[in-house]
Amino acid sequence: MPKKNLKRLDLIFKNELDGEQILEKTIKRSKQDIINDLIISGLKGRGGAGYPTGLKWKLAGESEGDMKYVICNADEGEPGTFKDREILTQVPMKVLIGMAVCAKVIGAHQGFIYLRGEYKFLLDNLNEVIDDFHVLLNKIGFDFRVKVFLGSGAYICGEESALFESMEGHRGEPRNKPPYPTQSGYRKMPTVINNVETLAHTYSIFKYGPDKFKDLGVQDSRGSKVFSVSGDTPTPGIYELEFGMSLQKFVEDFGDGDAKAVQVGGASGFCVPRKKFGRTVIGYQGKLTGESLPTGGSMMIFNSSRSMYNVLHNYLEFFVEESCGQCTPCRVGTQQLLLGIEAVKRGERPSEYLDKLLKLAENMRVTAKCGLGQSVANSFSSIVENFKEEMIY
Amino acid sequence: MSEITNLVKSLAEKHGRYQESLLPILQGVIEQQKFLSEEAMVEIARELDISAARVFGTASFYSFLNTRPLGQYVIRVCRTITCMMHGKNQIIQELEKCLKIKLGETTLDGKFTLLETNCLGQCHKGPAMLVNDEPYTQLTPEKVRDIIQSLKMNEASKLSNPDLN
Amino acid sequence: MSKINLVIDHIQVSVESGSTILEAAKKMNIKIPTLCHHEDLCVAGNCRVCMVEQVGSDRLLPSCATPAAEGMEILTNSLKVRNARKSVIELLVSEHRAECTRCYKNGTCELQHLSSEYLIGEDSLIDLVPLKEFTIDYFSPSIIKDDSKCIRCQRCVRSCDQLQNIGALSVAYKGQKMKIASFFEKPMYEVVCTNCGQCVNRCPTGALIERNYIDEVWSAINDPQKHLVVQTAPAVRIALGEALGMEPGKIVTGKMVAALRRLGFDSVLDTDFSADLTIIEEGNELLQRLKGALVDKDPNVKLPMTTSCSPGWIKYIEHMYPQLLGNVSTAKSPQQMFGALAKTYYANKINVEPENMVSVSVMPCTAKKYEANRPEMHSSGYKDVDLVLTTRELARMIQQAGIDFLALENEEYDSIMGMSTGAAVIFGATGGVMEAALRTAYEVVTGRDVPFDGLNILPVRGMEEVKEASIKIENPLPAWAFLDGVELKTCVAHGLANAKKVMDRVVKGEANYHFIEIMACPGGCLGGGGQPIPTNKEIREKRTRAIYEEDAGKPIRKSHENPEVIKIYDEFLVKPLGHKSHELLHTSYTERNRY
Repeated sequence: MPKKNLKRLDLIFKNELDGEQILEKTIKRSKQDIINDLIISGLKGRGGAGYPTGLKWKLAGESEGDMKYVICNADEGEPGTFKDREILTQVPMKVLIGMAVCAKVIGAHQGFIYLRGEYKFLLDNLNEVIDDFHVLLNKIGFDFRVKVFLGSGAYICGEESALFESMEGHRGEPRNKPPYPTQSGYRKMPTVINNVETLAHTYSIFKYGPDKFKDLGVQDSRGSKVFSVSGDTPTPGIYELEFGMSLQKFVEDFGDGDAKAVQVGGASGFCVPRKKFGRTVIGYQGKLTGESLPTGGSMMIFNSSRSMYNVLHNYLEFFVEESCGQCTPCRVGTQQLLLGIEAVKRGERPSEYLDKLLKLAENMRVTAKCGLGQSVANSFSSIVENFKEEMIY
Repeated sequence: MSEITNLVKSLAEKHGRYQESLLPILQGVIEQQKFLSEEAMVEIARELDISAARVFGTASFYSFLNTRPLGQYVIRVCRTITCMMHGKNQIIQELEKCLKIKLGETTLDGKFTLLETNCLGQCHKGPAMLVNDEPYTQLTPEKVRDIIQSLKMNEASKLSNPDLN
Repeated sequence: MSKINLVIDHIQVSVESGSTILEAAKKMNIKIPTLCHHEDLCVAGNCRVCMVEQVGSDRLLPSCATPAAEGMEILTNSLKVRNARKSVIELLVSEHRAECTRCYKNGTCELQHLSSEYLIGEDSLIDLVPLKEFTIDYFSPSIIKDDSKCIRCQRCVRSCDQLQNIGALSVAYKGQKMKIASFFEKPMYEVVCTNCGQCVNRCPTGALIERNYIDEVWSAINDPQKHLVVQTAPAVRIALGEALGMEPGKIVTGKMVAALRRLGFDSVLDTDFSADLTIIEEGNELLQRLKGALVDKDPNVKLPMTTSCSPGWIKYIEHMYPQLLGNVSTAKSPQQMFGALAKTYYANKINVEPENMVSVSVMPCTAKKYEANRPEMHSSGYKDVDLVLTTRELARMIQQAGIDFLALENEEYDSIMGMSTGAAVIFGATGGVMEAALRTAYEVVTGRDVPFDGLNILPVRGMEEVKEASIKIENPLPAWAFLDGVELKTCVAHGLANAKKVMDRVVKGEANYHFIEIMACPGGCLGGGGQPIPTNKEIREKRTRAIYEEDAGKPIRKSHENPEVIKIYDEFLVKPLGHKSHELLHTSYTERNRY
């Protein structure tokens, strides 16, 4: 058994049998009360970006629109992330109830779950639960329907505006922002788009009240978080842990005793080397001490047998292929980074070329159109800077 | 009217003749035909009154909407980081051996196509692959041989019992 | 309109709400570089060249796609901005086959300008071009598509989609494979492409260019056996100057004629002549159709009749509305009427064997190159029009010949097929064919001038997307008594996106027009794909004004009064829609696939 520095929580996956009661109780409350609870709870988006959920619902509620939509983002494509699949398998009703309450708050009657094509095997089961959910809605007389929209294999569709484009029958190319989804989302109408886990958490908040949620975690990072643990670990899998944990403790619990780096937040996240485990805390960038890293929940552990060059190479191959291709920094930049590290490795470019690539990554971060291109620099720079020798020799 | 025209028409009826129906219609064609032929795309363009190039451009954006013929069983092996760390290359080699094809190819009998794909979201159970929509995880060369064997048997039994289709 | 106050480069500025940062900067005469941006097209925000810094914000903003907001503090020239722009340009150059000295767009390429401005050096990123497969599609007689020079700005896709609603080009694939492609990456000549060249006119690099025939024309000029006839389309004379250093909206007819003689053309003639002829043939066809429908009640007569002079429009309807091909006037375009007559009537007149004649046209249009290559365009027994140049190619030839265009004295066209009327000149603007046709048809039917002040039929003029006009026919001549009291209903559309709006109504039976004018390009031929670059609304309006100015200044303003047109019927054609006309001046159309 692994060590247990960190407390395992059981909020999300706890099978609740009182869904009907919670939903009925919650949608009878005023919109303002629901929003207040969410804001007090400190819940932030669990997809990785960490936008306050209560604020998102509030803004969409205030936006004018003939129609409004609630969308559950189940296009879980970040390498190393598989928690949403598990949530949708084990507790889909919590997600649906979260969507219904959101619909009440913003005034929507239609919701969608954008399910990635790779998870099509969940579809039949999910549709059955949705049918039950619709029966429940009919029973309590709430006018709301949820439909599953199936993706077809494109990582970028997890980006919210690309997801809308995809649902509207287009290539999944991110839009310019502003406007933001709460003003102009799906069909250019006010839309709340939340991650699967975020919606599941709202259920706990409605059931147990905001304080219980707020008691978990630290400062700007409240509540629990579902982590997808993979890589060089004897215990890969899905774990619900408290926000604000130190990476050191995490590695002690989950590593194989030889961890040299942890990739926090997937291919688009940061790579933390062993020497920084102690001062790295998992949570949103707030007033935490040391370095804090937000994450969609992906934790990949690498032991000393791994070549970080190979790791970075694999990430870059992923981005080169999954970039939508519309904006220059992302389309061309990802190719240049990949070919660049290959050229340095082969000795065709001097090691100083890595500095040029670091600058390029930084420019991609500030110029790319969406989160994909902007965040390539995260893994690139953190790996190249911390494992420079591995890039060259 | 050809089979494809009928299929596209029925999908357009089902999902509605809007741009928004494009993905569901394309997915519907893939489900039946495994790939999107020129003819299918022209028909879709006609039904939705959009340009055929746009149908092609949209389809080619999505990895699962293939525009060239694929086998009855499409095998997609995850190539992303943890599956790579846990030996996806061995899995691919084993599949290549079992199926006597290279990555990217389709068997001569049109039964199997072997592809790589990006993260399947099975990182804790790598290496993983999809066969059509079904995930297979914690693969080992032995396991892969069994899976292919049973798929082939499945085919054989379908041939002798067409009613089971 | 409410105002937004912001600070750009430390200077306070006030702009209308909804303006972008780019527009606000332009107002202050600050030039922010752009590539994917084009005034005629929707915002893309793809190239990321126009990045600016918002003080206090970590990431940069694309100025073309970001609305100015109250209190914003923008820097357009900070170090961070310069580094970012340079990085983006470097990236674009790395995926661009930058063989600039051998490129058709050398000197006019927007990427080349920017890389020169930002001093993109040789010691740069890895050249991606040799690592990729790319195709150069040079199978079309009008447009060459070279993917190795494409920077994926998508101006072409947006032109094809938004201005033309064709969608012959789309973005295909994603990531490093993302490219601009036709349906299944077929060659352009096989797909729904109308050859209109709006993409060519807006491509910032050499990825989409016209197929040029400059060397072929020079060779022909150099051949002493050949008699070179050149015709110039109405819209060339009001735009050519732009490509030779003049302001938009200048009429250069006389200088152009002089230049063509200097280049070595033996007969310098005018497409305007055959535009007048088109009016006679097409006008009579309309009247004949009206008679068929109203008097003979012939169910086979197709109305509304549409014009046929825009080859982009013809190819479009062949692909998209093949069921309506019977509605298209059978009259050839002025270019092809001219071609058919040049190697018959004109050759005979000047005593030149048609096989020794090379017929060249100068057009504002890339689709005319395709039209001249249609197999049916051999009515003279030879290829009716041998070589088609765009306005841009003519300008290039004038430069190659070292002619000081601005210093040229005005000269007149040669006679026999060189005389024209104001009605022909306005063919170059949207609504012009309609106006010219009405000037003639009304007078043929009633014996009187059209009831518009100074013959100016204003309702069909201007840049409105779809225009409608009707004229009530009263007291017609006895031969046309059946038209008494008939209200002749017309419609004019320019840009194929607008054409689609009209034709969808025709298909549904919701349009009760008699006559529809359609020009494939925005603004009509003056906004053609072969016209000088750049184009935008303001430039097109200036060209329009020049056209109507030329019309107003013409001594004769009605096609049927063109003395050379009267003469050709007397001497050769006998009568409109007669046997000879059918042989030489009318054509048929081909049903085409939908992609």
